[in-house]
Amino acid sequence: MATFQEFIQQNEDRDGVRCSWNLWPSSRLEATRMVVPVSCLFTPLKERPNLPPVQYEPVLCSRATCKAVLNPLCQVDFRAKIWACNFCFQRNPFPPSYAGISEVNQPAELMPQFSTIEYIVQRGPAAPLVFLYVVDTCLEEEDLQALRESLQMSLSLLPPNALVGLITFGRMIQVHELSCEGISKSYVFRGTKELTPKQIHEMLGLMKPTTSVPQEAAASCRFLQPVHKVDLNLTDLLGELQRDPWPVPQGKRPLRSTGIALSIAVALLEGTFPNTGARMMLFTGGPPTQGPGMVVGDELKTPIRSWHDIQKDNAHHMKKAIKYHEALANRAAVNGHSIDIYACALDQTGLLEMKCLSNLTGGHIVMGDSFNTSLFKQTFQRVFSKDYNGEFRMAFGASLEVKTSRELKVSGAIGPCVSLNAKGPSVSENEMGVGGTCQWKICSLNPSTTLALYFEVVNQHNSPIPQGGRGAIQFVTQYQHSNTQRRIRVTTIARNWADAQSQIQHIEASFDQEAAAVLMARLGVFRAESEEGPDVLRWLDRQLIRLFMFHLRRSPFLQVFNNSPDESSYYRHQFVRQDLTQSLIMIQPILYSYSFHGPPEPVLLDSSSILPDHILLMDTFFQLVIYHGETIAQWRKAGYQEMPEYENFRQLLQAPVDDAQEILQTRFPMPRYIDTEHGGSQARFLLSKVNPSQTHNNLYAWGQEAGAPILTDDVSLQVFMDHLKKLAVSSSA
Amino acid sequence: MNVNQQPHMASPYGQPQPGYQGYPQSGYGGQQVPGGYPAQFAPYNGPASAYQPGPPQGYSPYASFPSKALAANLVSDLSSSSPLDLGVRGPPTSGAPPVSAAQAYSQFGQGEVQNGPPAMGPPPQRSPVSQPYSQGAMNLTGPQPQYNQQFGAPPTSMQQMTTQMAGMQVGSTVPSPAGPGYAPPTISQAPVSAAYTPSDPSSYAPTPTVPSQPPPAERVPQSTPSQPYYGAPAQQPFPTAAPPFSAPGPAQAPAPPLASQQSFPQGPPPSQPPFSSAPPQAPPTASYGGPLPPVQAPHPRAPPPTSQPSAFPGGPPPTSTPSQYPGPPMPQQSPVSQPSPFHSGPPPLPTTAGGFPPQGGAPPRPLHPGMQGPPLASQGPLMSQANHVAPPQPGMLPGQPTAGMAGPPPPQQPGMQGYPPQQNGAFGQVRGPQPGYAGQYPGQQNYGAAPPAQAPAPSAPKRLDPDSIPSPIQVIEDDKANKGSEPFVTGVRGQAPPLVTTNFQVKDQGNASPRFIRCTSYNMPCTSDMAKQSQVPLAAVIKPLATLPPDEIPPYIVDHGEGGPIRCNRCKAYMCPYMQFIEGGRRFQCGFCSCVTEVPPHYFQHLDHTGKRVDCCDRPELSMGSYEFMATVDYCKNNKIPQPPAFIFLIDVSYNAVKNGMVRMVCQELKTLLDYLPRENPDVQSNIRVGFVTYNKVLHFYNVKASLAQPQMMVVSDVADMFVPLLDGFLVNVSESRVVIESLLDQIPDMFADTRETETVFGPVIQAGLEALKAADCAGKLFVFHSSLPIAEAPGKLKNREDKKLVGTDKEKSLFQPQISFYANLAKECVTQGCCVDLFLFPNQYVDVATLGVVPTSTGGSVYKYTYFQAQSDQERFLNDLRKDVQKPMGFDAVMRVRTSTGIRATDFFGSFYMSNTTDVELAGLDCDKTVTVEFRHDDKLSEETGALMQCAVLYTSCTGQRRLRIHNMAVNCCAQLADLYRNCETDTIINYFAKYAYRSILNNPTKNVRDSLVNQCAQILACYRKNCASPSSAGQLILPECMKLLPVYLNCVLKSDVLHPGADVSLDDRAYLRQLVSAMDVTESHVFFYPRLLPVHKLDVESDALPVAIRDSEERLSKGGVYLLETGLNLFLWVGANAQQELLQNIFGTPAFSQIDPSMTSLPVLENPYSKRLREIIESFRMQRSRYMKLMVVKQEDKLELIFKHFLVEDKNNSGGASYVDFLCHMHKEIRQLLS
Repeated sequence: MATFQEFIQQNEDRDGVRCSWNLWPSSRLEATRMVVPVSCLFTPLKERPNLPPVQYEPVLCSRATCKAVLNPLCQVDFRAKIWACNFCFQRNPFPPSYAGISEVNQPAELMPQFSTIEYIVQRGPAAPLVFLYVVDTCLEEEDLQALRESLQMSLSLLPPNALVGLITFGRMIQVHELSCEGISKSYVFRGTKELTPKQIHEMLGLMKPTTSVPQEAAASCRFLQPVHKVDLNLTDLLGELQRDPWPVPQGKRPLRSTGIALSIAVALLEGTFPNTGARMMLFTGGPPTQGPGMVVGDELKTPIRSWHDIQKDNAHHMKKAIKYHEALANRAAVNGHSIDIYACALDQTGLLEMKCLSNLTGGHIVMGDSFNTSLFKQTFQRVFSKDYNGEFRMAFGASLEVKTSRELKVSGAIGPCVSLNAKGPSVSENEMGVGGTCQWKICSLNPSTTLALYFEVVNQHNSPIPQGGRGAIQFVTQYQHSNTQRRIRVTTIARNWADAQSQIQHIEASFDQEAAAVLMARLGVFRAESEEGPDVLRWLDRQLIRLFMFHLRRSPFLQVFNNSPDESSYYRHQFVRQDLTQSLIMIQPILYSYSFHGPPEPVLLDSSSILPDHILLMDTFFQLVIYHGETIAQWRKAGYQEMPEYENFRQLLQAPVDDAQEILQTRFPMPRYIDTEHGGSQARFLLSKVNPSQTHNNLYAWGQEAGAPILTDDVSLQVFMDHLKKLAVSSSA
Repeated sequence: MNVNQQPHMASPYGQPQPGYQGYPQSGYGGQQVPGGYPAQFAPYNGPASAYQPGPPQGYSPYASFPSKALAANLVSDLSSSSPLDLGVRGPPTSGAPPVSAAQAYSQFGQGEVQNGPPAMGPPPQRSPVSQPYSQGAMNLTGPQPQYNQQFGAPPTSMQQMTTQMAGMQVGSTVPSPAGPGYAPPTISQAPVSAAYTPSDPSSYAPTPTVPSQPPPAERVPQSTPSQPYYGAPAQQPFPTAAPPFSAPGPAQAPAPPLASQQSFPQGPPPSQPPFSSAPPQAPPTASYGGPLPPVQAPHPRAPPPTSQPSAFPGGPPPTSTPSQYPGPPMPQQSPVSQPSPFHSGPPPLPTTAGGFPPQGGAPPRPLHPGMQGPPLASQGPLMSQANHVAPPQPGMLPGQPTAGMAGPPPPQQPGMQGYPPQQNGAFGQVRGPQPGYAGQYPGQQNYGAAPPAQAPAPSAPKRLDPDSIPSPIQVIEDDKANKGSEPFVTGVRGQAPPLVTTNFQVKDQGNASPRFIRCTSYNMPCTSDMAKQSQVPLAAVIKPLATLPPDEIPPYIVDHGEGGPIRCNRCKAYMCPYMQFIEGGRRFQCGFCSCVTEVPPHYFQHLDHTGKRVDCCDRPELSMGSYEFMATVDYCKNNKIPQPPAFIFLIDVSYNAVKNGMVRMVCQELKTLLDYLPRENPDVQSNIRVGFVTYNKVLHFYNVKASLAQPQMMVVSDVADMFVPLLDGFLVNVSESRVVIESLLDQIPDMFADTRETETVFGPVIQAGLEALKAADCAGKLFVFHSSLPIAEAPGKLKNREDKKLVGTDKEKSLFQPQISFYANLAKECVTQGCCVDLFLFPNQYVDVATLGVVPTSTGGSVYKYTYFQAQSDQERFLNDLRKDVQKPMGFDAVMRVRTSTGIRATDFFGSFYMSNTTDVELAGLDCDKTVTVEFRHDDKLSEETGALMQCAVLYTSCTGQRRLRIHNMAVNCCAQLADLYRNCETDTIINYFAKYAYRSILNNPTKNVRDSLVNQCAQILACYRKNCASPSSAGQLILPECMKLLPVYLNCVLKSDVLHPGADVSLDDRAYLRQLVSAMDVTESHVFFYPRLLPVHKLDVESDALPVAIRDSEERLSKGGVYLLETGLNLFLWVGANAQQELLQNIFGTPAFSQIDPSMTSLPVLENPYSKRLREIIESFRMQRSRYMKLMVVKQEDKLELIFKHFLVEDKNNSGGASYVDFLCHMHKEIRQLLS
């Protein structure tokens, strides 16, 4: 048998699942003692080039409360044409179409290598995808121009049959009618007045009794039109997009009615395409300044809230805004619509208040300094990237159902999902993350979207599980593929039960450190969102042991110091949805060192790695920093790379850039690309991440030979570890 | 002076014969000319009157009694009007007949018949009241019965008369004669009529129905009436008449000739009716056969009663016949004078032949032909008409007399009728009546005469001859003649300017031009007691931004520098010629409050030896009545220099608006119109920005920013809470965004071509415009093009509350009040922002103008209403209105303040504005046509030395965005004698005030009360004059101040206006519309609005620039062969007589056939003949003079449309019961007498 490492890798590749434990303690008591809960990271749409979907309906367990899907773990009686559900043990006859099965003629879903299988089902009419752009016009001309171009460009990337709509807003909100010829027409709403969805429908003239039928609605909805039909129109329209025509007086912020704009977008889709895959894409260049959902007033003299204000309970609009946006997000989620936020501004844009829009609906959040940066442009372009099949890497309106065998119950999920409040036998009473349900709605998915699922072992200590027993979990993900097909992907995993007392070593060996770290980090982030501050750190400290928690503690996910509330929200948002690898990078950035001394090598994320004759490439997921050491920087300044005799230097300079490009190509959202050097202002990105093993405090103690001192009061890893060790051995831990 | 017409009358009367002659020529000539007919009528009337005289006399005693007078009037009306009526009333068969009968009577023994009829009708109905009579007349429908009755009636009337009057005899006599007289004529006519019928049938048709037998007769009567008119012209009569008469026996024979027919019909008809009715007729016919006999017969009767014979013979013959009339009158009379006369007439003709020739030859034919005749006739007629109607009669009489011989007998009667005789002999002999008429007028003329006149006057009322009562036309013409040539210099305090109808030039020498300010009186009573006693309203009608004719200099602009205009420290009056500089010029004393103020150093100037500043003549503010100051920033809202104003066009694009073509039209027009936005310097582009909105249930704003390739539409559905979706790009400069705007205007009609939306909003539309202006921080004007009642769910939603049942009840007033208070509040906001709203309505049904108009009328805007708008026929009118409205010079965000010298105070204001306190008139917009009427009250004594001063200051933003102050100064005299007050009044202005006052009062009072109080106040004014200023005279005499002699007729027009006295077919919207319209009218407009101008265009002299003299607004002045142009300032009619000459029709319409004239045409065909050119020029010039474009309606005589037309013949009684001028005058007289007693 392979090592656990291989096992884990294999499982991940096949099912997109990483469990914290790969042997499960067989009783509740033992499980609780393990501290790290039985849990897993699940990537529902993990790309599986070798997994052709099957074109029929899954076979379901006939027990009404179970409805598990036939899977390789089921016992099958080929003679009697009967299968036994491995979750509820119900015996089910095969449907007539399975009449021909036998040991040698098994359907795919019974083969072990198809523990993950994808069905294409024909249910209802295929609804086209809907993309609704919600564009802020209170931008600087330059920004607006860049945004216009990006949007125009995006039209060519959309699936040709997709429906597209445009809402622009500033002081007022304009819903543009796209079907009209000649004069461009838009419906305007005041940015300060909250309207009920019904009123909005009335005002938009959507009060057609037939709106429940998507196709007719499509025909009748003037605001959402197939891209191929309105391509030119919309291009012109976007080209003529003006800055908000209202003058902004001195000392004021532009009035930005983001809140109402979103509510109208939500209402529009609600009224026309309920339960259809749709993306609302909000492009905003600043905080909402009026109407419900406002984050800050329009007086420039009142700055936008900071963590300090929040802690002091001095952020007047925050609570209301969050509540407002949450309500909106829930409405959108109910209809399966997702909301993306593309916020590009130097100052904060209110992501803290708006994050739930994306978090709950599976939308993206992209934060940048300006729409006129490659960060935004590339990222936005990448939203529409295609996979090896030429299909969009996005899926909509998914619902994930988790079924567990009797010994397990599901406590909750953390990720871009909302609860569907589906009670069932497998729902635990203890909630971790979004719990109390065995079904979640994920309005928008991409292949890297990963949920953390937490389980509880409910088997009592006194009813041991027979040796060799396996616990099983089935993930049933129904979603709308980007080609508008409805699909169901079913992943069934099983792990052995182990008695913690007798098999503790095995269990230890089955521990997946990386997965556990991420899972715990998510829990931490989840708590951080709700509890805030030092409490979470303390909780984490109590819970955690391992090394990289040092970095987690320092990461922006938990630490708000030096980050604005928006940034924190952004980082957390990304963290709770990326897959394991990316999550790890986020927690502990990767540092590569390039020098004449040898090939590039990963080095410790430590100040000691910062050397004058090295080039460092740091990937924190959000930033990609190329740092030229002092000497290298001087050389570069002297222009040696231009001289033919220093070709090697040129190559050295080029190497990290090439590597960075590679990362940039694949990463979504695009990281901030920073090229800096010793003493450069942007070097701070690097310096803030490395372990401050050398600081102004101990600089002289460590001597001059290596590294660069970091001016910080933070404790170094060394100190942290020392302290941790002390705690670990002390009884109080 | 006392008497109205007197001046005119006077002369004639004074010298009866001469007068006649003179008048005949001038006055009659005029009238007659128009239609030879008129002249005839006149004669008829005359005759009638003549009879009346008889009665009058009797009455005279009664005379004092209105009732009698009324009766008399009725009679006269009947006689006179009946003819017209007949024509008109054709429909009411019965009615018509009577009329004709009446006429017939008039002609024949008008006295008799009339007496009969009047008695008949009136007595029962309203014996006393004049109106009743008129009605009675109407009632008379049944010719025969009436006749009979009449005959019988006469007694009744007689009785009444008798009771009232001493001169029972007259009455009785009259009737009797009439009977006989009539009889004959009728008979003769009857035959004639038959002949005539053919021609007349159509028009008369109705009548025919009445009496089968009579039918012909009736028709005849009808025709006769017309003839009478025509006939009156005598001219026609002559030729025709002669034949007919001769024909009488032969009558029929004569009939054949169309011309004759017409004339005949008329002539005969009158006679006929009687005939038909009265058996005696037969005899009469016989008489006809022998004209003289019949005549005589009648005469006998007539004479006896009146005794006129003698008088007439003596008087009339000599006067009229001899000289002028001789020719024409004779004929006329003869014909007119009635069958008998005619009969006689014919003979006369021959006799007069010489004289006639001219007339006879030309006139007769012309008459029928209509046109031709007129001109010729006109000459003659004019002469005669000049004076009163009466004169003609005299003329007639004369004619008769001349006719000679026949004359005597017939003439007598005619004479009877014809006042002339009366007048002539009148005074003396005549029984009250004639004298009365004469007396009144004559009396007026010659005060001395007055007394006698008075006596008659009373009687007169009974049978008042319309020609003998004050004639607006005469007054207007006199004023033109007296004051039109010299420039009016404003320097003299207390001098009344020429009438608004007179063309004159103004030289500003220290008081504001009458074009800016007109006062009701240029002599204010010194004390409030006097003012109260006289009841003359003290008011000024101010039109601050009036446009001046090109030959007058617009107000100079004065800049006093950074300190702003120099003002009195206490009352804040602006520097003006009334400021007295003292102490060597270092200080000045305010003329208003007497406070002494330092002269700022930069303004100091030495004084000359007279105490005037040396630079007095160089500074407009020291030497002129009107000028402007540049305002400083202190005078601006929020102390900020204002932004240039904006125009916003808000267009209804609901189904109705699209369907009737309005949307397309507006859009098309705006494309060119935008080049003509108001500007001060024509070479520079206008600073005014424009914006566009369309709407139905929701609003569509348009972004027309220059940088766009295509306009953008922004729909705002949130009408409950209106806002403006954009600022930059909504209001744009036309030249910069031209391409985009044109593209927009091209597309709007197409975009909504298929709309199904029928509901509209209105409140949010104005709110939208208001918000846009607020957002742009500027003042401006909204042009709202709206089609229907706003019933869509939105603020300002209205219900259909049109309920005709409320009309006439105490709740009627609620219909003029806005339905909801929303709009009043909105208006207030608009005013604060300087947002003026102009509303163009295109309703197909009730739209509640009373409510929708609230905002426009409170913001200085206008309402234009195009009911049942149709692109084809109303296009021109609407587009011209729009053009004018957009282009007219205007000021924005204006505040007007009227300061007065100590002793009086401006207490009340009328017009389209809003007042948030008691002194400041706030106008969001003020254009060159808007007028504010200000009423003054005493709060102290005034001194005769200093007079009363007023200064009207209007602070406004010009169309270039400049803040300015326009100052108008006005000084009037003060008087301690009531006589001075009455001598310097201006009736037109008083009427303007009364109308506005009444129109506002109906908001809070039952309409009837308002009317009563108007009458009452008017009566008090006149009674006060009578009591205090008129020379002693008998109590029964009606004496009017010279300046106010038209007060009764104009007041009657106000009382009869649709607003105060609606007919059944007048919609509430129309009333509300007119009510609002009048409230901002200036004197010129209100004058023509209440007393329309009626031009006999067939008398047009193609060679000269002069217009033909207008005629009075009465049907009896219309000649069947004539073509008339009537304008009210809102409407323009071209009335075509059924007998209009072919050549004339050819010239005007391009077709010789009356029947081929298309009554739906809205403009005259462009024909290359001088006549057509000139006529079109005239129409154009009329339109140019008015602030609103008048759509031309061609009304053919006897056509359905004629009803509408007749509505504007304000001297006649109207369908809804409005009194005729004559009746009202009598009524007035009665009121006055009551007050005096």
